[in-house]
Amino acid sequence: MKHTLPAVAALALLAAAPTPSQAATLTVGTSAEPSALDPHYHNLGPNTRARKHVFESLVSMDAKMRLQPELAESWRAVDETTWEFKLRKGVKFHDGTEFTAQDFVYTVCRIPNVANSPSSFTVYTKGIAGIEAPDPHTLLIKTGKPYPLLPVELSTFGIISAKAAGGEAVTFDKAGCKAESWPTTQAFNDGSLMIGTGPFKHKSYTKGDRQILERNPDYWGPQPAWDTVVFRPITSDGPRVAALLAGDVDMIESPPVQDIERLKSAPNVSLAQAQSNRVIYLALGVQDTPPTITGTEGKNPLKDPKVRKALSLAVDRDAIVKRIMMGVAEPANQYLPAGFYGNNPEVTVATDANKAKQLLAEAGYPKGFQLTLGTPNDRYINDDKVAQAVAQMFTRIGVQTQVDATTANVFFSKRNKQEYSVFLAGWGADSGEMSSPLKALIATPIKEKGYGTTNYTSYSDPELDGMLDTALATVDDAKREKLLQAAVKRAVDADIIIPLHYEVTVWAMKKGLSYEPRADQYTLAQKVTPAK
Amino acid sequence: MLVFILRRLAQSAVVVVAMSVLVFAGIFAIGNPIDVLISPEADAFERAAAIARLGLDKPMHEQFLRFVDSALGGDLGTSFVHGVPALGLVLQRFPATLELALCAMLVAVVLGIPLGLWAGLKPDSLAGRVIMTGSILGFSLPTFWVGMMLIMAFAVTLGWLPAGGRGETASLFGVQWSFLTADGLAHLILPAVNLALFKLSLVIRLARAGTREVALQDYVKFARAKGLAPARVVGVHILKNIMIPVVTVLGLELGSVIAFSVVTESVFAWPGMGKLLIDSILQLDRPVVIAYLLVTVLLFVVINLIVDLVYSLLDPRIRLGGGRA
Repeated sequence: MKHTLPAVAALALLAAAPTPSQAATLTVGTSAEPSALDPHYHNLGPNTRARKHVFESLVSMDAKMRLQPELAESWRAVDETTWEFKLRKGVKFHDGTEFTAQDFVYTVCRIPNVANSPSSFTVYTKGIAGIEAPDPHTLLIKTGKPYPLLPVELSTFGIISAKAAGGEAVTFDKAGCKAESWPTTQAFNDGSLMIGTGPFKHKSYTKGDRQILERNPDYWGPQPAWDTVVFRPITSDGPRVAALLAGDVDMIESPPVQDIERLKSAPNVSLAQAQSNRVIYLALGVQDTPPTITGTEGKNPLKDPKVRKALSLAVDRDAIVKRIMMGVAEPANQYLPAGFYGNNPEVTVATDANKAKQLLAEAGYPKGFQLTLGTPNDRYINDDKVAQAVAQMFTRIGVQTQVDATTANVFFSKRNKQEYSVFLAGWGADSGEMSSPLKALIATPIKEKGYGTTNYTSYSDPELDGMLDTALATVDDAKREKLLQAAVKRAVDADIIIPLHYEVTVWAMKKGLSYEPRADQYTLAQKVTPAK
Repeated sequence: MLVFILRRLAQSAVVVVAMSVLVFAGIFAIGNPIDVLISPEADAFERAAAIARLGLDKPMHEQFLRFVDSALGGDLGTSFVHGVPALGLVLQRFPATLELALCAMLVAVVLGIPLGLWAGLKPDSLAGRVIMTGSILGFSLPTFWVGMMLIMAFAVTLGWLPAGGRGETASLFGVQWSFLTADGLAHLILPAVNLALFKLSLVIRLARAGTREVALQDYVKFARAKGLAPARVVGVHILKNIMIPVVTVLGLELGSVIAFSVVTESVFAWPGMGKLLIDSILQLDRPVVIAYLLVTVLLFVVINLIVDLVYSLLDPRIRLGGGRA
C-alpha cells in the first residue's frame, strides 16, 4: 500500500486493523456462490467446491481426475456386482465422534430425502442395490448389474455424520430407508449440522457475502497451511480481478480471458492453469425438418455424413484458440484431452476448406445453404465470439451462417426444445472419463439407461449404444478403456458432436502462493500453499 | 388524515395485485428454470422428479393460483435455487441495500444542498460554474464505468480502500450493519459514493434552481431589508423553501436507489437485494424475482405515503386528500 495523505493512510490502517494473524488467512474470490451449504442439496460445481472443504467422500479425485483414497483406504471388486471398501480408521468428525460405515449408510439413505432439491445426487446412488457392513470399517456394496463406475460415483458426494443427524439406527433399503425425519437444508446453512471429517471446520456463513472456515486440528491427513479461509463470491469478472489487484483477496477463480495478459504482467500476481475436463463442441441436428436451415427445400442436409464432415473440416481450431481464446484453450480432437481415461490417441480431426467445399458439392450442395447457429453468450469462455468465428468459417465454404447468441437460460431452453439445427455448447465430464460425454451427448436417448440426456440432435446409432453398453458393464479397467476408445472413435467419425477446444481453467493469486491447477476446476484451499 | 391513509392503502393494494399478475406472467415467459438448475449429468427420471418437486409440471394458471393462495398467507414461495422461503431471502438482504441507499442519499444531501445553494446564490462565479459542470458529468457517466474507475483509482492504484464486499459488520436491533465498524465503513465509502453521484447531481440542480427562484422573492428581499444576517436569510428563509421540491424528489429517488442499486451492488460485490435479483434472474429463480419485485412495489408505496405526509408538514398550505372538501 502506498500512503500519500496521512489522513487517508490512517483510514486505511483502520480498515486493515481487525485481522490479527494475516499470514495464516487465505481469502478467495469465487466466481459463483453455492446455492446452499447442504452437501446433498444441489449437484452443482460451486456447491461441490464448498463441500470438499468440510465433507469428504470415500474416494476422491486428484488434480488430474484420477481416483485416490480418501475416507476409504482401499477398494476392490470382489465379484462382478460386489465392491469392498476398507475404511480409514481413527478418522474423527468435527464434533469428535468417530467415522464408521454407518455414516456412509446414513449418507446414502439421506440423499434421496433432501426436500426441495433442484438437482439431487440420486444419479450417483441409484447404482447401489445393497450395503453391508461386516465391521465398522468395512463396506460391501452390491450393485444390481456390473457397475465399474461405482468408485467414481462415490467420489461425488460428501459423507455426513449419522450421529449428529440422529441416524445411528437407519438401515439401507433400496426401496427407501426409514427414518423419523431427515436433516433439513436449513440445518446446514445455519451451521448446526456442518459436521464433516474434512480439513476445515465451518465457522460462519453470510449468504451473498462470505463463508469462513477454520482449520481442523484433528484432521487425519496433512494439515492445511491456513488457520482461516474466507470464500467471497464476486460474480462479476472485472470486480473480481480488481479485488485481487487491490489485495482484498489472495486468490481468484477464472479471471476473464481478456485480463490474463494484464495479470501476467502485474508484478505481484502469479497464475496457475490447467486443461479442464470441459470440451466446447458444435452439435449438428439430424431432425427430419431442420429448424434453422433454409435453402434446401425443407430437407436436412446434415443427415448426409459428407455435409457434416465438410462442416467439421471447415473449422480452424488453431485459429480459434490463438485469436479468440488468447491461448487459454487447447484445440480438441475428441471429448476429453490426452491423459484422461478413455482418450484415444488415434482420433484426429483436420482442417481443410477445399476438401470441405468439394464434399459439399458431392453431397449436392455446390452453392451451400443457409444456417443459424445457436450459442449462449454468457456460459462458456468467449462462447459467442467462438460461434461468430465458426460462422465465418462455415460461410467461407459456402454455408451462409448467422449466429443467434442469447443469454444462457434462454439458450438452454431453446436448445432443449430442439429449436436449433446447429448449436455450440460445452460438456464437462464430472467423472473424468470418456463414458460421460459419450453417454450424455451422442448416445440414443434411453430413459432407463440414462443415455442421451443431453442429446438434442435426434441422432441415434444403435451400434455405438451397444459399444457403450459393453464398456459400462466391464469392471476390468484396461478392457473398459479399450472399449471406450473404440466408441469415441466411432462417435467423432460420425461428426455429430464436433469438438472445438478444451477450456483451460485459470487461477490468479498473489505471488508467493502456489496451487496445483485442477482439471475439475475446483478451488480447494487445502491445496493452496505458500511457496517455499 | 386517516381517510387519506386508508384510501392510499386501498389504492396500493390494487397496485400490488396488478404487479403480481404482470410479474408472474412476465417471468413465466423467459426460459425454463429446470434447464438451468439441473445438473447436466442428471438422467430423465431425476429431471422429471425435479420438475414435479418445483411444481413446474402444472399449467401456468394453476401455478399462479397456488402462488396467490400461499401469498395471501404471507408465503411468496420457495426459492428454486436456495430451497428457502423467497421472501426471507429478499428481506435478509434488505438491510445491506438499505444501508447503502441511505448512505448514498446522505452523501447526496449533505454535499448536494450546500453546493446547489452556492451555485444558486453565485451563478456566475467560477465555483458555481464548476459545480454545474460537475453535476452534468454526474448525470451522464454510466454508473458501471464510474464504479470501475473508483475501484481502479482508490483500491487498485492507491490502495486506500477495499475494492468490494461488505467488510466486518456489527449487530444493531438484531440486524448486521457495516457502518458500525471501521472496516465496514471503509467498505461502504466507494459504493455509497458511486451510488450517490447521480442523486448528488440531481440535488445540486434542484437546490440551485430553487435558490435562484426563491432569492428573488419579496419575503427574501424583505428579510434582507430588515437587516437579518445573510446566514439567517439563507439558512432559514431560502433553505426551508427550497426543501419542498428536494424532499419530494428525494423521497421518490430513495425508492429508486433501493430498487436500482443493482449495478453498484454488482460492481462492488455488495451483498444486497440488487445483486440477489441479478443472480436470481440469471438462474431463473422465479419465486425470488417475484418476491423482490413485490417487496419493491410495497417499498415505493410506503415511501410515497411518507413523502406526502412530510410534504404537508413542510408546507401547511397543502392539504391531504380533500378531507374538508
